[in-house]
Amino acid sequence: MTVGVVMLVHTALDRAEQVIRYWVAAGCPVVVHVDKSVSSKIHDAFVQSLSDLDEVLFSKRHRCEWGTWGIVAGTQAASELMLESFPQVRHVYLASGSCLPLRHPSELRSYLDSRPDTDFIESATTADVPWTVGGLSEERFTLRFPFSWKRHRRLFDRYVKFQRWIGFGRRIPEGILPHMGSQWWCLTRRTLSAILQDPERETYDAYFRKVWIPDESYFQTLSRLYSQKIESRSLTLSKFDFQGKPHIFYDDHLQLLRRSDCFVARKIWPHADRLYDNFLNADRDSGALAEPNPGKIDRIFAKAVERRTQGRPGLYMQSRFPNPNWENGVSSAPYSVFEGFAELFEDFESWLARATGTRVHGHLFDPERVEFEGRQKTFVGALSDSAALRDHNAWMFLTNLIWNTRGERQCFQYGPRDTQDISWEIAKDPNAHISVISGAWAVPLFQSNRNFADLRVEAANLQRIEADHLHALRSPYAKARIRIWTMAEFIESPMEALQSVVDQIATKGLPQLTEAPRMVDLTGFGQFLQNLKNQGMHPYLMGDFPVDPPPKHEQPRKRKPYLVR
Amino acid sequence: MGLLQSYRLRLQRKRWRIRAWRKGRQLTRVNDRTDLIEPSDILVFSTFRNEYPRLKHFLEYYRGIGVRHFLMVDNGSDDGGREYLSSQPDVSLWTTDASYKRARFGVDWLNWLQWQYGHKHWCLVVDPDELLVYPFCDTRPLKALTDWLDASSIKSFGAMLLDMYPKGRIDQNKYRPGDDPLETACWFDAGNYTITRNARFGNLWIQGGPRARMFFPENPARAPALNKIPLVKWDRRYAYVSSTHMLLPRGLNLVYDEWGGEKASGVLLHTKFLDTFTEKAREELTRKQHYAASHEYRAYAAGLSENPDLWCKWSEKYINWRQLEILGLMSKGNWA
Repeated sequence: MTVGVVMLVHTALDRAEQVIRYWVAAGCPVVVHVDKSVSSKIHDAFVQSLSDLDEVLFSKRHRCEWGTWGIVAGTQAASELMLESFPQVRHVYLASGSCLPLRHPSELRSYLDSRPDTDFIESATTADVPWTVGGLSEERFTLRFPFSWKRHRRLFDRYVKFQRWIGFGRRIPEGILPHMGSQWWCLTRRTLSAILQDPERETYDAYFRKVWIPDESYFQTLSRLYSQKIESRSLTLSKFDFQGKPHIFYDDHLQLLRRSDCFVARKIWPHADRLYDNFLNADRDSGALAEPNPGKIDRIFAKAVERRTQGRPGLYMQSRFPNPNWENGVSSAPYSVFEGFAELFEDFESWLARATGTRVHGHLFDPERVEFEGRQKTFVGALSDSAALRDHNAWMFLTNLIWNTRGERQCFQYGPRDTQDISWEIAKDPNAHISVISGAWAVPLFQSNRNFADLRVEAANLQRIEADHLHALRSPYAKARIRIWTMAEFIESPMEALQSVVDQIATKGLPQLTEAPRMVDLTGFGQFLQNLKNQGMHPYLMGDFPVDPPPKHEQPRKRKPYLVR
Repeated sequence: MGLLQSYRLRLQRKRWRIRAWRKGRQLTRVNDRTDLIEPSDILVFSTFRNEYPRLKHFLEYYRGIGVRHFLMVDNGSDDGGREYLSSQPDVSLWTTDASYKRARFGVDWLNWLQWQYGHKHWCLVVDPDELLVYPFCDTRPLKALTDWLDASSIKSFGAMLLDMYPKGRIDQNKYRPGDDPLETACWFDAGNYTITRNARFGNLWIQGGPRARMFFPENPARAPALNKIPLVKWDRRYAYVSSTHMLLPRGLNLVYDEWGGEKASGVLLHTKFLDTFTEKAREELTRKQHYAASHEYRAYAAGLSENPDLWCKWSEKYINWRQLEILGLMSKGNWA
């Protein structure tokens, strides 16, 4: 008993010939169906080139356009010829001209010999599978498809729409339940002949002739009627991408294919010389009875599809530029924004770097220059510290920075003195962790030794900018993780607040804070605010500061540990 | 997009094609071997001026990935490049002394040649200092890519320009004909590119890299565009609008995904910054044949005399296409 191969070919006939010779040499008869759209000159030459082989027959040609009945008709004709001409065939294997046997046919034969009654055909009901192309699953079986999907897409779509609108539906013949699955099957003589000799075959054929992509449903449905034992999987390794077209194998897949232990793979790029040389000259029968194991290949192709459909979050590049809200992550990793901290503490940057082990920048959006960590002239990815370059596209400057430093958390200072282009963007970014001490911008003003009239103008300006920013942070569009303290609130218990900020960043359970950053001396700050008020400017973002006595400069008191016996 | 705008773009496309036909008459045939072109051949179209040192490596590189025929326009070279090319068996050569600028920086000439010879071919339009890198280019020929694009019904393939530079002064290493320019110019900027969308033509506008960083830090809007669509399954109705940055009809410019996914894309390694550059910049400055009144070259000339080292400590050294893909400069898309 042996396995016969029904092969559908339409291009790369030289490769098909190579594979046919391989099958025949291993004792597997082949019936070839050549697409009718192949010119008769090429067809005749092809037949001629194989004329030295008795076990190769050519069946009646049908025109095979993707998604149409011709493919099924061709398969039927070739299968009938196969069953008729080669009585020694027990299993019939359907393959295409771009299929390549990965294991010696004798291994396939012994595999099938130990499963003489099993039909290998992927076959699932439409309700249970997500394979849909063009948004059609069940409707493949209930609508009519007189227009080619490949050539007249618009007509195809319109006619589908029209039928839906009018509520048209075809009746599915009595006794069958539509199933779908991979086109490439391996059926037993018993099942295949039952399908081909069914008294109702004309009814079924007439029905499936107008089903869309019948090659994925004809045998899949009818085998359910006759098979004694269906293994719902294909023995042909064939992966499909998100548009339903098969992935192609190249020379660099050699090791992967070898380790997959699959019997046959499709589709092979016709110019993949190394694959053809290797697999068609493989050692006879390694005796292995390994089960096919396409796991690794599955993962690689699943990843490719994911990359095509989801992409890498937070990446903006020449072939990924998502529309708003389609970013799948507007930035690539979490980062922290500190507002007011660097104003309130003298050594905040270095302290934060020590306390959290992250990369701490200064004011990245300072109007003069980009304050990278250590005030470097350039940073990862060759980002420049030029303010003009940054402001040319401030949000992409930030997404670039976050992308370039994947794996290392970035922290930076921000405030109303900085350019505000990214105010809304960071508010809307779930990766942003924003901590704000509102009103702390007044501290540098308080410390400066400038003309009070100027200070008043600047204070009013900064307060307005920060109020706008806080408005963004408090809006319903804000998706960032946001903590806002007024300055008065914050200096009530700075250590507690700092601890909560650090906890948010810390990844690997950093210990309790032992060292506090140095707060600036706020003696007289209350009076300073009062002076602003007296000048008619109303500073409110810092909360309520008593004029007298001035807020105490809270030092972390180190209590002496004591024991209670 | 409204019907009116769509119609305007259609008229514009026709205008470029008429112009190409007009400017095409400036070309004189030096060597026409186009009868050797087979229907399935991948073609390279290129225009050059005084690039003799690069041509040898250029031809070798593209022959190596499977390009079958080169259609080149020589714009008044006097360094022996024309003679060299006319002796190559797979090069068809035209020559002209007409203005590069008034042929819209060579676009009109190449549009014309593509119209004549590119129909139904995959056409790659590159300058002699641009080397195409695409996914799996180390294991698969270009034909594998174009076959896959055909099977996926994709008509155009984007490859952004990536400026390569040496470490140290640009004139430090002498470039000799036949050398691989990437031996010295092997550094690039990995992550300082900005992108905006061109609403009219639908293409992306990419800027950044060392040229923006070094020559345009105060005026980034002027920095050169890096987006390119060099590989197109040509149809004689198509036309490049501005260099290979964008095409009409505008559907061809959609080489990026708008719904979060990544389309397959490549990179053009731009090896402009060899020791030949300083002299070239000086010459171009006087010829004034480049884009925007050679503003770019003025910036170069100024930048080069001040600080000729493009390298910085965050520059990345080129290894292979996989590195570029990990860095997010190109993508495999769903080609696996």
